Amino acid sequence: MKIVVLMKPVPDTWGPRVLSLETGLADRAASETVLDEIGERALEAALRHAESASDVEVVVLTMAPEAAQSTLRKGLAMGAASAVHVADERLAGADLGRTAEVLAAALRRGGFDLVIAGDASTDGVGGVLVPWLAELLDVPAITRLESLEITADAVRGTRATDGGSMVAQAALPAIVSITEALPDPRFPALRGIMNAKKKPVEQLTLDDLEVEADETASPRSIMTAVAERPPRAAGEIITDEGDAGERIAAFLADRRLA
Amino acid sequence: MTHPILTVLPAAPGGGLPAGAAEVLGAASEIGTPVAVVVGPADALAGLAEQAASLGATTVHTATADGDQLGVPAADAAAAAVALVQPDAVLVPATIEGRDVAGRLAARLRAPLAADIVGVSRDDEGVVVRHSVYGGAYDVDSAATFGPLVATVRLGAIDARAEAATPDVHEFAVEASGRRAAVVEGFEPAPQTSSRPDLRSAKKVVSGGRGLGSKEQFALVEQLADALGAAVGASRAAVDAGYAEQSLQVGQTGTSVSPELYLAVGISGAIQHRAGMQTAKTIIAIDKDASAPIFEVADLGVVGDLFTIVPQLISALEARKG
Ligand SMILES: Cc1cc2nc3c(=O)[nH]c(=O)nc-3n(C[C@H](O)[C@H](O)[C@H](O)COP(=O)(O)OP(=O)(O)OC[C@H]3O[C@@H](n4cnc5c(N)ncnc54)[C@H](O)[C@@H]3O)c2cc1C
Ligand SMILES: Nc1ncnc2c1ncn2[C@@H]1O[C@H](COP(=O)(O)O)[C@@H](O)[C@H]1O
Repeated sequence: MKIVVLMKPVPDTWGPRVLSLETGLADRAASETVLDEIGERALEAALRHAESASDVEVVVLTMAPEAAQSTLRKGLAMGAASAVHVADERLAGADLGRTAEVLAAALRRGGFDLVIAGDASTDGVGGVLVPWLAELLDVPAITRLESLEITADAVRGTRATDGGSMVAQAALPAIVSITEALPDPRFPALRGIMNAKKKPVEQLTLDDLEVEADETASPRSIMTAVAERPPRAAGEIITDEGDAGERIAAFLADRRLA
Repeated sequence: MTHPILTVLPAAPGGGLPAGAAEVLGAASEIGTPVAVVVGPADALAGLAEQAASLGATTVHTATADGDQLGVPAADAAAAAVALVQPDAVLVPATIEGRDVAGRLAARLRAPLAADIVGVSRDDEGVVVRHSVYGGAYDVDSAATFGPLVATVRLGAIDARAEAATPDVHEFAVEASGRRAAVVEGFEPAPQTSSRPDLRSAKKVVSGGRGLGSKEQFALVEQLADALGAAVGASRAAVDAGYAEQSLQVGQTGTSVSPELYLAVGISGAIQHRAGMQTAKTIIAIDKDASAPIFEVADLGVVGDLFTIVPQLISALEARKG
């Protein structure tokens, strides 16, 4: 069985993230690029299955600028067997549709039994890529799994949805996304880090994939304006002297909030 | 009809119109004529269509969907409705089921998708949508290069409401696309938590963090929320520790809220938490650590022990109510 995990390199959320006011694109020099944590959880889920079953191959797939390749090493160090990296300057500023087309083409090219992604990325927060890929690939999708059970021919689990939880099942090949309710990702062990250096990273460009070369042939989403919000200023800080509860109540009443 | 805007309203898994239905219809009325496609079980359609009209849908197209097939039937109906209505834009509430439909629909139509929008407008060239990016640090506008735009609308982000319309309901038959779908085996509704407002659209939110120390003591946050008529939120650490449901998580990877009042109790204010609440109008924080970063964004910061301050605050609020 081949499990492909979709991992996205994103600006590190532990620091300020900056958008270029000229291009509207992420200013990659302003933050460190790291693998999105939710993708690491997806990889963790895949690796746990690989450890409990035989003949399971786990591959990491990403579409990201060339410079992000070093982040993929972490995925390999965690235990993925190999990585596929689609990097092409023509993909700078790709919208969700373009991203979906490219990832679908890469998935078709490499083949898969199961694709595991995060429910939403920390920089895009779209949460739409998985249903989009399901359509392009014509495979069933289950989004937002909080538990997952993989067998030789199916995937099944509980998904967190609007107003409750749902149990769903799909025949393989299929694509799923997971939430933060799944276990934390493991830290790569030293041996994993050493081994990662020997693992293959296949780098692909648009020329290797069957996607429409002319990006403008299909309608796209474009940014028309970007503005920075002034940062919030701190207000009054008080130390409780036994009456802080009363003072908060007065503050709320003054502002007609209580 | 001038500038039809199609809103896609798949019935919620537990029944009823999806959360955010009033908001997407309100947004649609700001940029054109609101039309709705309502998808759900046959026996519920008439009621749902009437509700959609009361929220402003001038025309409602209804389609029956097989509830056992995940995602595909709603996308089939939405795609058929787009062909029928020829809208300038398609607005879908960014609920979980809504996002699934929107992603599928954009793929089918080969249309661009704007995710998690917080506003809509129109310029000479058509519909423009607004996003709040990187936890509210940036406002970004986007548009389609041509053709209709599909957008998911962040819950609680739109204040506009459309005027109620007289129901004009059209039932239509949808040809199944035959796309492969996952099979739904069961649905368990979340236990109803009293009459508390929904976190995503509440005007006031009281959130608790790891500082509450236990699930039992987290009840203090709930009592304060009830005294204020507020929704309950939580930090990821509180969710991880089992004090609160995951659906109550506020922040980067939880819900983004922009209420009139956000009251943080025992939350340090890590950058990922602030990303989901720093656009609130008024922020009050209670934390015993004077150097907690939550104080950097608080209008009123109170350094002290939450276990003495919160009970006093609740009594003071009750006393004022008289
Ligand atoms: C990719 C990623 C995504 C994340 N997404 C989110 C997210 O969506 N939401 C989120 O919240 N976090 C998120 N986090 C986690 C975030 O980094 C913090 O770990 C988390 O917000 C901490 O929660 P907390 O403030 O409750 O806990 P702590 O940081 O442990 O803070 C607890 C606070 O309670 C105070 N306290 C303790 N006892 C008392 C008392 N008796 N009286 C008063 N104060 C007291 C302490 O002084 C402390 O400041 C994310 C992290 C990553 C890496
Ligand atoms: N450029 C990318 N490369 C690889 N995976 C991606 C990429 N963009 C999104 N994903 C995957 O899709 C999930 C949902 O992303 P999004 O729809 O952008 O919120 C992420 O958690 C990733 O698993």
